[in-house]
Parts: sequence; C-alpha cells; structure tokens
Amino acid sequence: MKKIAIAPALRDGLIEEMRRDKNVFCMGEDISIPGGWGGVFTVTLGLEEEFRDQLIDTPIAEAGSVGLGIGAALAGLRPVLDIQYSDFLFLAMDQIVNHAAKLRYMSGGTLSVPLLIRAPVGATGRGAQHAQNMERFFTGVPGLKVICPATAYDAKGLLKAAIRDDNPVLMFEHKLLYGSKGISAAPGEIDASSEIPDEDFIVPIGKGIVRRSGGDVTIVATLLMMHLALAAAKELASQGIEAEVIDPRTLDPLDWPLIEQSVEKTSRAIIVEEGPKTGGWSAEVAASLGERMMEYLTAPIQRVASPDIPVPFAPALENAYRPNIRQIVQAVENLIALG
Amino acid sequence: MPYSTADLLELHRQMLLIRKVEERLSQLFLEGTIPGTLHQSLGQEAVAVGVCRALRETDIITSTHRPHAHALAKGVSLPSFIAELLGKTTGCCKGRGGSMHVGDITKGMVPSIAIVGGGIPIATGMALAFKRRGEDHVAVSFSGDGGVAEGIFHEAVNMGAIWDLPILYVIENNRYAASTHYSRNTKLEQLSGIAAAYGIPGVTIDGNDVLEVHETTRTAVERARAGEGPTIIEAMTYRITGHNRRDPCNYMPEDERDHALEQEPVKRFEEILLRDGHAETSLLAEMQTELETEIEAVIETALAAPDPDPEEAFRYVYAEPVES
Repeated sequence: MKKIAIAPALRDGLIEEMRRDKNVFCMGEDISIPGGWGGVFTVTLGLEEEFRDQLIDTPIAEAGSVGLGIGAALAGLRPVLDIQYSDFLFLAMDQIVNHAAKLRYMSGGTLSVPLLIRAPVGATGRGAQHAQNMERFFTGVPGLKVICPATAYDAKGLLKAAIRDDNPVLMFEHKLLYGSKGISAAPGEIDASSEIPDEDFIVPIGKGIVRRSGGDVTIVATLLMMHLALAAAKELASQGIEAEVIDPRTLDPLDWPLIEQSVEKTSRAIIVEEGPKTGGWSAEVAASLGERMMEYLTAPIQRVASPDIPVPFAPALENAYRPNIRQIVQAVENLIALG
Repeated sequence: MPYSTADLLELHRQMLLIRKVEERLSQLFLEGTIPGTLHQSLGQEAVAVGVCRALRETDIITSTHRPHAHALAKGVSLPSFIAELLGKTTGCCKGRGGSMHVGDITKGMVPSIAIVGGGIPIATGMALAFKRRGEDHVAVSFSGDGGVAEGIFHEAVNMGAIWDLPILYVIENNRYAASTHYSRNTKLEQLSGIAAAYGIPGVTIDGNDVLEVHETTRTAVERARAGEGPTIIEAMTYRITGHNRRDPCNYMPEDERDHALEQEPVKRFEEILLRDGHAETSLLAEMQTELETEIEAVIETALAAPDPDPEEAFRYVYAEPVES
C-alpha cells in the first residue's frame, strides 16, 4: 500500500496496463516529448524511457487523433487518448458521437471500439474555454461509457477497467484533484489521494460507492463536487443532519440500484453538478429519480449546479460559478425544513 | 502490367455486376421496396473495381455515403449487401446499417461512414495499427471531391504523411459535392495538388479507365507496403445519376452529361475488350444475363428473409463485458 495522488495513480495504471498488454498505447499532444511535461497534468511524465514504442505525440488535431484512435481500436489495438482540456472534445465530437459510439451498432455487432479518451474538466482560473465539465455532453449517448473518478484509487481502478473494456469510454478527471506537482500544480487543489494496493485491481465501470452513510438525505455528486458534498455532510452532522453521499463514479451507465437503495432510506435527494444547471446530467438523474422513486420521496428533488453562464475568468466570478459547500448545506437545510 | 484475358474479363464482370445491381436497386427504390434513400455509384464503377482489385482481402477500406460500388468490389457478398439495403436480419450489418453503412470487416470493409470525411482518420488509424504491429496490410480511404473541404481530411492526411502510414487516400472526383461543382470548392486545378501540402505524392488519373486505376493503385500500394507512406489518388469520374434517387440533376450542363455518358467506364471497357479480341459480343451478353439472373435470385431470397425483431433493437449497442 502507498498513499498517492490522482496524477501518479493514473501514471501507475498506464504503466501496468502497457506492460500487461502491448496493444495498449497512449496518444496525445505533448505527452512524451523529451524535456516536455508528460501531458498538461504530468500523467505521462517519464514514461517515454520504458514505453517509447507505446507513446505517440500527435499534432494539435483532436478530431483526427480521435479518428485515428477509433481506427486503431477497430484494428485490435487499445488506444488511450490524452486530450489536454476536455473543452477540446468539441473538436472531436463527430468522431466520438457519430463514429466511436455507433460503429458497433451500425456493424450489427461485428466491430468493437476499445478506445479510452481521458480529459480534464473543471473551472480553474483559465476562463471559459479551458474550464467546462464536459460529462453532460456524453452522458446519454448510446454506445459510450462515461467515468468520473474522485479519488486516486478510483482513478487507477477505473482507468484499468476502461482500458480493458471493449467499448469507447470517456474518462473525466478534475484539474483540482490531480495532485500534479511542479508547474502543473493547481492552486486551490483538494487532496484526492488514496491508499493504493500494490496488487492488480480494477474498479468496475457502472458501480458507484457510498462515501458517507446517513439516513436523512441522499447527495449524489462526482469529482470535485463529491469532495464538497462530503465537507457539507460534515457540517450538517454538527447540526444533527446525517447526509448520505453517493459517488456514482460512472455517469453512464449509472448505478441505479445504489441510488435507489439510498433514496428508499432517506426519502430526500440532492444532486450536485459542476456545470450549467439546464440540461446537465443532474437533470437526467432528477427526472429518472422522479419516475422511479416518487412513492419514497417526501420532498422535491433538488439540484445544486452552476448558473447558466459560460465559465467566467475573474476569481470572484468563478467562485460564484462553481457550486460550493454553503449552497449544498443550504439545499439540504431547505429540504429538511419541508419535513 | 500484362493482363490475361481472364483478368480483364473479371474486371469487366465486377463493373457490370455493380452497374446491374445499381440499376435494379433504382427500380426497387422507386417501387418503394427499399426504404430510406440511395446514393448510387452508376458511372463510378471503374474507381471501386480498379482500386479494390489491387488489394488483398486483408487490406481494409473505408467508404462514404455512396458505398455500393466499394462494397461489392471489396467482396461484401451480394446476398448480405442486398439484404442490408432491404433492412433484413440477413444483411451484412443485420439491418442496423442500411445503404449508407454497408460493409463487412471480414472482407476488409468497415461499415461505410456517411459523415463526409469521417472515415478518413479511421482508415488512417487502421493503417497506424498495421504499422505498429508490423503487418503488411494497407488501408484505403475513399472519399469524394466534397470530402477534401472537410477539416478532418487535413488532420488525417497530415498524420498519415508524418508517420509514413500504409494508406491510400482515394479522392473519387465525380465533379459534384451533392450539387456543387468541385471548381467552386477549391482554387486547385486538380485536387491531387493538395498532396504537396503534406509532402506526399499526389496523382490525378482517368477514373473511368479501370486499367489506369488498377495500375496506379498497384504502384501506390507497393509503396505503402514498403513503408514509404501514403499517396493521394484523385480519380476523375462522373456521377451519371443524381446525388440520390430524388435528384433530377438540373445543375449538370447537358453537354457535360452527354460527354460523361460517352466516357462511362463500363461501355468504354466493353469496347476495348471487343476491339482487342478478348471477348465476343455473345460472351459479354451471356455474362450480363448470368449476372442478371444471379441478382434476381438474390433479391428474391433477401425479400423473403425476416425483418429484425423490434425486441432486438437493443442488441449491439455495447460490446459484452470482457475479462478483467
């Protein structure tokens, strides 16, 4: 066991998978340039010595790189694509949604696309185009899987599961959770490091986890918001309110049994999402909870999400954009007050 | 390269098969038997056949929204091809694809990709895989003249070029991107000129001359297999029917169409076969009758095949879980 942050945990996961299977390779911009950064958030730093043949530095060409990844996957390789900022996925939207997601279906099940795309999310002082939470755009696309690790253990375990999965998987990593060192270190980071076992393990895609047990309200949150939800739960506990924090870890397919079990117990549900409220994945969860759990709910389902604006630059504005602990606490208090 | 009479007749047979299938599909569509839409390849048979005859079964192609000729030339079986267009379970994509997505990976054709330009990086990625594994397969990306204006063309061809990947970029220039003449979409005299931007060879050939297409492809394939990288082949041809079955082609000048009909590849090749004594008229007529009989039998069988069960609509969205 060793305690490490998300960036080195992902690096370890890549090392293990590239050693285990020579069909696994990483592809992206600036991922293995000698004297470079090992990707923007250092995840592939230093891998070029052992894995020169399993690392490809691409031109700045997100759509093309994803397309090449799809082709390589069709031909039996297992590409891991590094996208510098998830916002750039819009450039590759056609390749991901029209091709990666649909080729299996269009081929009547004869093809598979074992492609993993890793992309950093989150508002971190970089303005509107290096800040978005792109999970919402891929959750609910048939043929894709979407994973969102909030801890180093989950980051490594989900990464390894995704590399071994025969479907296209999008993995969103939060910039404030990486624990990257040096010039890539982000101000305002939250410690997401975990004790990680030495032996091989995976975290199955589609399985969530109860991060904190409680009987009064269910809070569903991923990535950075999961950590804020835990902090909010701690604050609420001092008022005698016990919140259960569910980290789905996978947004598509969602672990409904886990969420249902929790809401059956608590009768109240709040979903926390970093990103504009309208049309976010939290809207889908809320609507489905309404359909599935109406008889158990004693209060309206609440969402705590960002306002419907682009991510602003000024720290004062960005802090107003990102959901915070106070808002989560307030939302829970409001629900409890309803009885 | 010297061609035997058998080789030449096989090239002709394949082009004629495509022509006869397309003509019959057109009727079936107008009768309402084929659902959806059709983008047909009439007049472009020599490009598909000339290229694919220079490939092995293990080489792969990607195609476009106009994939019929490519599919048949690459070896997708006629029964599974026809059944797919009819939306049957016996189709090459089990009815999940249709006219714009026909393909069969066991024959070296990725189900065709109907987003213009979308298949170009995918073929390039397959070439990347071949190279990484040290296999001597090549990939061919078919696109139309319209596809060259898509941004993805640039990204994919550039990567194919910088990594010397075993791929051919075949631009099937049928003069019209839907209804827009290619001269409106480029400042280049010929689209092959774009190859200079990537530092790779680019050639423009008569795409209605099946032997020229075949020879050019063979040379480019040899180069690719030898690890020397991609070639852009612009094959000049002409779409002698509409963009789809509903298109009256009012944007095509009449004299241009008349000229194109004189230059259409099947008739041209037939004249060469007769002129050079490779076949008698009676032999070619017999070949046509045989093909027509085969096509009718295939259509009859396909029509009798079951439609997919709506309960099965959920199948094939995701691959089954693998070992962990």
